[in-house]
Amino acid sequence: MNTLLAQDPTLADFGRDPWWLVLIKIVFAFVFGLLATLLGVWFERRVVGYMQVRPGPNQVGPFGLLQTLADGLKMAFKEDILPKAADKVVYFFAPVISVVCAVTALSVIPFGPMVSIFGHRTPLQVTDVPVAVLVLLACSSLAVYGIVLGGWASGSTYPLLGGLRSSAQMISYEVAMGLSIVAVFMTAGTMSTSGIVAAQGDATRLTIGGVEIPAPGWYAILLLPSFIIFFIATVGETNRAPFDLPEAESELVAGFMTEYSSLKFALFMLSEYVAMVTMSAVTTTLFLGGWRAPWPITLWGDANTGWWPMLWFFGKVLMLVFVFVWLRGTLPRLRYDQFMRFGWKVLLPINLVWILVLSGLRSIEDWQSRDRLLATAIGAGVLLLATLLWPSRKPAPKPTPQEQADNRPYGSFPLPPLDLQVPPSPRTKRVVAEREPANIATGSDSREV
Amino acid sequence: MNTSTVLAAAGQVSGGEEVTFWILAPLALIGAIGMVWARNAVHSALFLVLTMLCLGVFYVLQAGPFIGMVQIIVYTGAIMMLFLFVLMLVGRDASDSLIETLRGQRVAAVVLGLGFAGLVGTGLYRALNGVTAVGLDQANAEGNVQGIARLLFTKYVLAFELTSALLITAAIGAMVLAHIERRKEDKMDQVATMKARFRPGNYPGPKPGPGVFATSSSVATPARLPDGRLTDRSTPAILPQRELTAEETTLKGTER
Repeated sequence: MNTLLAQDPTLADFGRDPWWLVLIKIVFAFVFGLLATLLGVWFERRVVGYMQVRPGPNQVGPFGLLQTLADGLKMAFKEDILPKAADKVVYFFAPVISVVCAVTALSVIPFGPMVSIFGHRTPLQVTDVPVAVLVLLACSSLAVYGIVLGGWASGSTYPLLGGLRSSAQMISYEVAMGLSIVAVFMTAGTMSTSGIVAAQGDATRLTIGGVEIPAPGWYAILLLPSFIIFFIATVGETNRAPFDLPEAESELVAGFMTEYSSLKFALFMLSEYVAMVTMSAVTTTLFLGGWRAPWPITLWGDANTGWWPMLWFFGKVLMLVFVFVWLRGTLPRLRYDQFMRFGWKVLLPINLVWILVLSGLRSIEDWQSRDRLLATAIGAGVLLLATLLWPSRKPAPKPTPQEQADNRPYGSFPLPPLDLQVPPSPRTKRVVAEREPANIATGSDSREV
Repeated sequence: MNTSTVLAAAGQVSGGEEVTFWILAPLALIGAIGMVWARNAVHSALFLVLTMLCLGVFYVLQAGPFIGMVQIIVYTGAIMMLFLFVLMLVGRDASDSLIETLRGQRVAAVVLGLGFAGLVGTGLYRALNGVTAVGLDQANAEGNVQGIARLLFTKYVLAFELTSALLITAAIGAMVLAHIERRKEDKMDQVATMKARFRPGNYPGPKPGPGVFATSSSVATPARLPDGRLTDRSTPAILPQRELTAEETTLKGTER
């Protein structure tokens, strides 16, 4: 256990790297974002293709892996159109803001524990600050500017509508997102990403019948409601289906990026996929134990040391990206008012109640076990009684179709008879009659004799 | 405790801090001046965003990472986004007019602004005059976030709650003023629309086109229902209705 804990970087381990190591880490995070986009587009198209029983891109390179590269090159050589009504400076900067914010968020993601790079012991993370999770929130809230300004600066109707939708959407879902992170803060007691990963490592141990069983430490299990709400809000925050209202192609052509072409469009595309990967990485860090190996692998002692954790981390991120794609392949897009109602009237109240329950549970943590059980039992009992005794409205028995038809007032729209039976077609008889001579020719029919 | 905290406590300024300050301070000023000078309302808002971002970084530099990040999330991320939302609804070509609608408005604004600045300045001076700074070491002893939380939920809890009550009152007031509550009976959902369409006496099908069963193919000629009656549902209200007379419809002997 001691060796494991020594692997966890603390805040004191950051800010001690030489400049070349910092440079390597920054370049690594940036290249990770770019590569994730290249492979992510291919992955999404292949997976969606598999779900829709078609091959997907399979021509360029092995398994079509280079398809995105070819598309990217093609996009770079296309004509860069600047609309006449566009606000030129803002139009130019909007995609840049999107990409910068999406990539910056990767800098506080812990990719792994302490490792040795060219003799330096250093954490596999660009940097960490006491408020690292707030940095992530700030990045995601600033990324909206790219979309909103892009929509406004295009000087045309569909992009403007997309931008407006996007701003309202992001503000709504950021509230739900922030509230679900509050539960993580309360449980972990820290806001630094490496600290949250470390807090998910040392779980409490239950002793049942003399056998010590480590309780699950992942917040996805301990704080299940927060995890679910956070992931839903993440999908809303990254503009992915079924919440891709700002770029709903059936309503708004392409939403905020309708007027964009060539490299600027490519930047928007890049930022969307980097944001998807970043958000998966954030979810992994906050709720799925970060770089820590899942249970069966932890039986092998060295699972959480050295460079191995990076593999588990990438595995978890890949799994979450798959869920993103899965959602897109499965769910139809929500209507805008349904979407807003879901955010404000479902996610937000559930989150608030859950935080209240959680803080209640945490405040009775220090009590004696008998009092604690009693308090929990009383709370659960009140909840159960309220559920059982909640007045339920009995629906009136539904009238039969005949009753409905009889109760219609005079002058109603004419109704066909309800017991209508389709009469046999008069043509049927003729077909049988025409067949009669064919039977005679065979001579096997005894009735003819 | 990171290095910047230690340096700031010792009253020194590190090289990195100085460089960052001299890059961002002019940017913050440009943003502030641009906010006032920009003719386009959205440009104004964007300049303000620039200033707020620079201020957020300054807070982080001065060993207040929490307040810096909150500045960026709340002011830049949420409040300015709402501003932009409203500005976009107003329209992209709406720029400020320079005509003074109220006489003496500018003079009054300058005087009141200076007066407010003086009031806040003297208030701060009187409040902080006798106070000796304890230093960042003591303020951030348990960590920056924990220090703020302790003050917020012990010493200043009443002021904090009052502020939040004020904000909530303002928000609810705005909603009450702007929200139009429609009675449940007045709401026409899809089921109600469908029932109204099939109500007795209402013909649910499409209106007959002009000239159906009519004696002439003119738009002004009302259609005939299958039982021979004329229906004026088929002609536009602005046209004078014209039905051919019996003499006009009979054969005129030209077919012979």
